[in-house]
Amino acid sequence: MSDIIQLHYDVDGTDFAAAGEASMKIKKELRSLGFPQDVIRRIAIAVYEGEINMVIHADGGTADVNVGLDEIEIILADTGPGIPDVEKAMQKGWSTASEEVRNSGFGAGMGLPNMKKNTDEMVIDTEVGVGTTIRMKVYVA
Amino acid sequence: MANIRHSVALTLEKCKGCTHCLQRCPTEAIRIRDGHAQITTTLCIDCGECIRTCTYQAKRAEYDPFECIQDYKYKIALPAPALYGQFDHLDDINYVLEGLLKIGFDDLFEVAQAAELVSGYSQRYLQREDVKKPVISSACPVIGRLISIRYPDLVANVLPLHPPVDMAAKLARIVALKEHPELKEEDIGVFFISPCPAKVSYLKDEAEKGRQLVDGVLSMGDVYKRLVQVMKREEKPQPRSRTGCIGIRWAGSGGEAKALSKHRHLAASGIENVIRVLDSIDNDTLPDLDFIELNACPGGCVGGVLAVENPFVARSRLLYVEKNMPQAVNWDFSKKPTNTFVPGDYFLEEQLTYDPPQALDDDRRQALVKRMQIERLVNELPSLDCGACGAPTCRALAEDIVRGLATHDDCLMLGKFRQVNKERSV
Ligand SMILES: Nc1ncnc2c1ncn2[C@@H]1O[C@H](COP(=O)(O)OP(=O)(O)OP(=O)(O)O)[C@@H](O)[C@H]1O
Ligand code: SF4
Ligand SMILES: [Mg+2]
Repeated sequence: MSDIIQLHYDVDGTDFAAAGEASMKIKKELRSLGFPQDVIRRIAIAVYEGEINMVIHADGGTADVNVGLDEIEIILADTGPGIPDVEKAMQKGWSTASEEVRNSGFGAGMGLPNMKKNTDEMVIDTEVGVGTTIRMKVYVA
Repeated sequence: MANIRHSVALTLEKCKGCTHCLQRCPTEAIRIRDGHAQITTTLCIDCGECIRTCTYQAKRAEYDPFECIQDYKYKIALPAPALYGQFDHLDDINYVLEGLLKIGFDDLFEVAQAAELVSGYSQRYLQREDVKKPVISSACPVIGRLISIRYPDLVANVLPLHPPVDMAAKLARIVALKEHPELKEEDIGVFFISPCPAKVSYLKDEAEKGRQLVDGVLSMGDVYKRLVQVMKREEKPQPRSRTGCIGIRWAGSGGEAKALSKHRHLAASGIENVIRVLDSIDNDTLPDLDFIELNACPGGCVGGVLAVENPFVARSRLLYVEKNMPQAVNWDFSKKPTNTFVPGDYFLEEQLTYDPPQALDDDRRQALVKRMQIERLVNELPSLDCGACGAPTCRALAEDIVRGLATHDDCLMLGKFRQVNKERSV
């Protein structure tokens, strides 16, 4: 009985304003299921950062959440450009965001480090020209 | 779950069991059972939407009868600023104040006066370093209730200062006792003239918690009817008002925020807009702001269900009466605050807490199982959201079934839906 509930969300890559919708829905869902606030907060941050990345750096993608009793798994998948150097991408402050994106308040190079910080497991599977899949887990204490 | 009061109620005989209110309620608090509406009190936030939509006037706001002022020797009226927007061609709010004395009050204290003070201290509070931004106004009680049932991460954003009506009530008593040393505490009756049922609930709730701020909450509509009979407006009235534009602007959406013009602010009104803004704050997708004013009623307090005039007309009348008024009387808003001091009296005794409605199950394993059952049921139900079952949406019915509050048989369309599906697949 590990992943009892599977939630699926599409992240629209053309709509900047819609980024954040999946994380909001997931947050509401987890609240109604009575998960601890801290767990919900960390998951919301991780999904939000991932969503924004899929909108800014890829053409959108999908967010799947498997809600289990002891852990919650998040899978963010896109078929965008991929990340050539994951180690660099994971460094705080490293970003390929354009000037335009930076002017709208993103591109500080903090998204991936923030996802790492807020989750208990994080694995990035990426291939240039094919896409990126990020799997994260948060343990429910 | 806190046992909170409600001032939105149903007149059973008038309710036809239609689905108007069902689908308008922002918290899905209403169900139609046994042919009439029922309100789940733990979900109701007293927004008054159901009163606005009911075609049969079956939903009503509860408040105190005007006659209750007679129980006190010295009766003080606390007019909400929205009251000044109810009268046609009003060029001086002193006509209204004089009218209040004619209909039976001995004294008055304008809520707008207290509002200027609250605005002044809010400015100072916003200057503090340790404040969680954006600060959300505490004036509309519906917003507080909504946040407490839905937004655990935002309870700490709510301005911890008393709304103007509370301060007006406190100050009115102090002033009366000082000016009339012959009066005893129990001689004084303080009455708020309210534009909405949410303020009624709020003030009664406070009283139940041992904080009796007012002795009664009257309906603005009730008081209005009495006022129009006595307000002849033949002679110039005595200058009694002690408020300026800043105070009376609290009646409309944007008024409270405007007083904080030295800070980045936003104002939204109407419950749907309010929810959109709260969702954005919760999701951190708003630009950096210092202050957010939210009013559940469209147009702000002038849009309250106990007000008489249409909120847009009321707003335009307030702009008219403002022309002859000073900017502010109780505070100097032209300067940026030089300190962050706020007197202890202005701070709320209790901070808002998160008080979610009942979870699917207290046991998380069971909650997950039930959540799966809901999903399965949602797929079986016809997705018409017709309301005929008594629940606002098919998903809400599914949830009710899983909670044991309804059954499959409540769905009147299920048989038909299965039939159509069978024919389609043939
Ligand atoms: N889904 C993705 N597809 C392709 N490249 C990505 C993806 N996610 C991240 N990257 C790359 O990794 C870099 C670092 O990502 P990170 O989220 O840490 O920072 P950012 O998005 O540039 O800025 P911030 O998240 O602070 O707004 C990005 O600049 C981008 O080059
Ligand atoms: S007052 Fe508002 S929250 Fe309460 S039942 Fe009516 S519509 Fe729903
Ligand atoms: Mg990013």
